[in-house]
Amino acid sequence: MISSYAAGLLAEIGIASIAALSVYVILAVGQLSLGNAAFMACGAYTASVLTVEHGVPIPLAIAAGAVVSGVLGLVVGFPALRLRGIYLAMATLGFGEMTRSFFLSLDATGGAAGYSGMQRLSLGGIWAWVLPLLALVLLAERSRLWLALNAVRDDETAARLLGLNTVALKLGAFSAAAALAGIAGGLFAHWHIFIEPGAFNLDRSTEMVLAVVLGGSTIALGPVFGAAALALAPEALRFIADWRLAAFGAVLIVILLLRPQGIIDKRLLRALKP
Amino acid sequence: MSLLSLTGVTCRFGGITALNNLTLDLPQGAITGVIGPNGAGKTTLFNCITGAYRPSEGEIRLRGESLVGLAPHRIARLGVARTFQNIRLFPSMTVWEHLMVVQRGGGLRAALAPLGLSGAAPRRRAEQALERFGLAPFRDRLATTLPYGVMRRVELARALTAEPSLLLLDEPVAGMNHEEAASLATLLHGLVAEGLTLLLIEHDMGFVEQLCQQVHVLDFGTLIASGTPAEVRRIPAVIDAYLGVEG
Repeated sequence: MISSYAAGLLAEIGIASIAALSVYVILAVGQLSLGNAAFMACGAYTASVLTVEHGVPIPLAIAAGAVVSGVLGLVVGFPALRLRGIYLAMATLGFGEMTRSFFLSLDATGGAAGYSGMQRLSLGGIWAWVLPLLALVLLAERSRLWLALNAVRDDETAARLLGLNTVALKLGAFSAAAALAGIAGGLFAHWHIFIEPGAFNLDRSTEMVLAVVLGGSTIALGPVFGAAALALAPEALRFIADWRLAAFGAVLIVILLLRPQGIIDKRLLRALKP
Repeated sequence: MSLLSLTGVTCRFGGITALNNLTLDLPQGAITGVIGPNGAGKTTLFNCITGAYRPSEGEIRLRGESLVGLAPHRIARLGVARTFQNIRLFPSMTVWEHLMVVQRGGGLRAALAPLGLSGAAPRRRAEQALERFGLAPFRDRLATTLPYGVMRRVELARALTAEPSLLLLDEPVAGMNHEEAASLATLLHGLVAEGLTLLLIEHDMGFVEQLCQQVHVLDFGTLIASGTPAEVRRIPAVIDAYLGVEG
């Protein structure tokens, strides 16, 4: 039996991995989203309301949260067809803050006071979602469809002229990513059994992006590694007490200077193979 | 029988008329050339056919079906493929991935299957392209790190994996040496023998004469001459606008 401290960290890593993968999937079409915490919030609130108010079984409620987030991702994806780079990042940031304020002023779910009453998922229950999703993304990124997403990122005009439906690919990526973040939200809600709008703020979105940037943005193992590193690093640096956040920042900068593509990439994996 | 027919195609950008009332037919299974000085509208013509630009007026039909107003990917799926004047390969992809990425068929399940298992047909097509274009030694190299001539072949091979019926080539031998150009010519003849129709923009008149049955000459967006390469060579307007006086 593992300690509740270790269980807490492991659950956090699982949830953060899925959340980071949601950023990674959007990055596959070359777009940066700074608002994925909003999709997480939608998943969390949808799933929680369903389990608490309507007695829906947890897995079904989490799946419903994913669907709601996925549809929202489709809607948010539309501006992404016209905006790119920093402009899209700004738009998604605005969307994230908008969603947070929406839940802040939504009395039905407790507003700023938050929402509770959910049943708690076990650590195994969390990873029963995390592992299959991880496997799914790891498989998907070896597919022709994933190549098509990367073609959109590399050269959208050429991709279109070669017969790829770039509109559908971008919207699909946004929707799938939003659904992933929604699941992360549902898991979060049923692990912490309490949610509040502040849990899905810009810090959360930034953390997802950071996990991808740090862990590696070229293969799916990168974000997972990044999420784990982000969860563990502050713990590992605990011995220097007050300086740990500063030290953490310094470590981050050094890593990004040495490996701008992130810690994990295909070349590293090849080198590690016997 | 003509595969592609353009009728009165005009393309304007503000006050500039890049293509002016262009009418021409591409016979099925032939190699047709488009020549003309820089800025004559050759690449604009390609952009109109592939849907990158929408012509201001006129009609473009592939096997009788209108292409005007269709999204570029739809036109591509109807069987029009192209290469680009400035090579446009995907920087993150290997040669092999370039040969898989634009393939279609098999539905969503095939598209989602890992590349190693993604059905026999797409892999066979990619293998064939690898073989045919001499790309096997570069299979797992990042395409944009390869020599120029090889990149051109990757681009051509990628276009063909979509199994087009019409292939548009924008200056295919630019930057190639004589040997590379000659081997490309042999390759293109082979493709046409299998039923592919080619339309190519080229400045190298030697290459055009070697390949094309029919040549159209554009100048300031207007078609000023059409005929066999030997015929257009003797037309005074073509000599003035483009070829210049030899000697």
